[in-house]
Amino acid sequence: MNKIDEVFSKPGSRALIGYVTAGYPDLDTTVKLVRLLALEGCDIIELGIPFSDPVGDGPVIQQASFRALQNGTTVEKCLSMAGYLSSEVSVPLIFMTYFNPVWNFGIKSFVERAASAGVSGMIVPDLPVEESPQLRDPCKASSLDLIYMLSPASSEKRITLTAENASGFIYLMSVTGVTGTRSQIPAGLERVIAGIRRYSNVPVCIGFGISNAAQASSVSRLADGVIVGSRLIQLTEEDPTLEKAGCFIRELKGALADE
Amino acid sequence: MNKTLPDMKGYFGRFGGRYVPETLMPALEELEQAYAEFKADKRSREELNRLNRTYSGRPTPLYPAENLSRRLGGGRIWLKREDLNHTGAHKINNALGQGLLVKMMGKKRIVAETGAGQHGVATAAVSAMLGLECAVYMGEEDVARQALNVARMKLMGAGVIPVGTGSRTLKDAINEAIRDWITNADTSHYLLGSVVGPSPYPEMVRDFQSVIGHEAREQILASAGKLPDYIIACVGGGSNAMGMFYPFLEDTCVKLIGVEAAGRGISSGSHCATLSAGTVGILHGSKSYLLQDGNGQVASTHSISAGLDYPGVGPEHSFLKDSGRVEYASADDVQALTGFRLLSQSEGIIPALESAHAVYTAARLAEKSGEDTDILVCLSGRGDKDMEIVKPYLEDAIE
Repeated sequence: MNKIDEVFSKPGSRALIGYVTAGYPDLDTTVKLVRLLALEGCDIIELGIPFSDPVGDGPVIQQASFRALQNGTTVEKCLSMAGYLSSEVSVPLIFMTYFNPVWNFGIKSFVERAASAGVSGMIVPDLPVEESPQLRDPCKASSLDLIYMLSPASSEKRITLTAENASGFIYLMSVTGVTGTRSQIPAGLERVIAGIRRYSNVPVCIGFGISNAAQASSVSRLADGVIVGSRLIQLTEEDPTLEKAGCFIRELKGALADE
Repeated sequence: MNKTLPDMKGYFGRFGGRYVPETLMPALEELEQAYAEFKADKRSREELNRLNRTYSGRPTPLYPAENLSRRLGGGRIWLKREDLNHTGAHKINNALGQGLLVKMMGKKRIVAETGAGQHGVATAAVSAMLGLECAVYMGEEDVARQALNVARMKLMGAGVIPVGTGSRTLKDAINEAIRDWITNADTSHYLLGSVVGPSPYPEMVRDFQSVIGHEAREQILASAGKLPDYIIACVGGGSNAMGMFYPFLEDTCVKLIGVEAAGRGISSGSHCATLSAGTVGILHGSKSYLLQDGNGQVASTHSISAGLDYPGVGPEHSFLKDSGRVEYASADDVQALTGFRLLSQSEGIIPALESAHAVYTAARLAEKSGEDTDILVCLSGRGDKDMEIVKPYLEDAIE
């Protein structure tokens, strides 16, 4: 059983997944933040490799990616950092990045390097299931989970196709839009989750727009886990000591445990 | 030459595809379906033909540039006058086609990007005429250098949203337009202005622009009594070139030349000659040649012409480059200005700075050619919009 499957094998628990942009505000802070997230109870940590044109992201992650690139963050540095972090923290690490940096690095060598750095999976938001065999096959060979995304607008046909190919978990976007904090989480997710369940037992985690404990608690009733990103980055910016980010994770963890 | 591409998955050989967030996949499937219905429906095609005629003023003429040819003392240059279209460029051909598709899909709102503003103006015009809401994203740098076009769009009722991220040009305007579309895909259509983006855009935009090449082929056969020896068009994303070249792909005796913008020179690194200097990558939904750094980050580009200032290129151009069917050359800022001045002075036709890249390349070729050589140039747009930009460079001619 790989590390991601282990997270979801604990009966009744809800996973808390935190996203950080590698290199924002700098690589040292990213290392500190990942340690903190693991300590405060994140079950999985997504390390975002910055890309110059993140079309799936809202202003917060765009700005963080821009700053990280200005700081000289590269794919190579992210791989080294992941190797270091995976020996420091026990929770699974997942790379999240757009397809071009992976393609440019060389798909096969990227996947092999990620695996040997101890990374457990990958999320590539601009690689829909139809285009994914070019990455999925090398991932399989290196025992990495390629994590697919679904949205409330996904058709039954696409839900089926995704569920059939999924491993690790499915990332369900709570809304049709880009990443970012939102005051309300809309309804309509039940349909997609029911659709996934018809074809697969793969866990479903919900992300996009989750910015407080109450939202986390309400979406966690539907799913196996909750993903937070933009809010975490905002808090890192507001408070460079990372205390606020730590508190935020603790609150979410508490909210999920109460369920 | 293979004219059956793209394949079922939207690929031209190894280029193209559909690299977009999942949220957009339903919208692309819907668009693909609507476009298939449009192609199969005679009434829709006739409606487009009617609007091309009555709204744009098609067919656009083929003009033998005799003064220019005489001045160069070589081959004969022919201009396909896309600059005479309503709104001043070939962009209206595609905007009308997609506008009709939007009506067919029952959507009420159009999102678009624009570089030089020509696509934005065409889209704003079509939106006004069809009664659709319109939001145009435009890089801040382009808003500043194309103020007249911003005013035209606003006058016709479009909202113009300046984009201040990244290089603040066309690439970033496309990013923002895609983000808007991701958020509003159920109500809005993304009226993409070039042969780039995820499938079916490269094929669909090419088809709507092919009216250029179809007309030009008939016209030059009637006027010159033969096919041209060369066809030359500028390439940014590549829509006017694709529309011009496509009906000639099987005429292998016709040499096709795409002209990219070399900006301050390819060796300066400050250019947008993607096919001349790029490597394969993925941007804005398709796999194609791309200007990027060694870490897979998209490069910043430069051209004096906002409409060519883009680090990517349509996937079918990448395919045509690799297959060798089209040759891709480049002209820099100074050469484009030379072309701009040359055509204005010899024929009284002020070309868009984009088209001026093609004019320059055609002029150099004409000088070297014999009198019986016919060179067809796609004059994709008119240069009124560029007067503020060229003023400081052409002071001796203007003052």
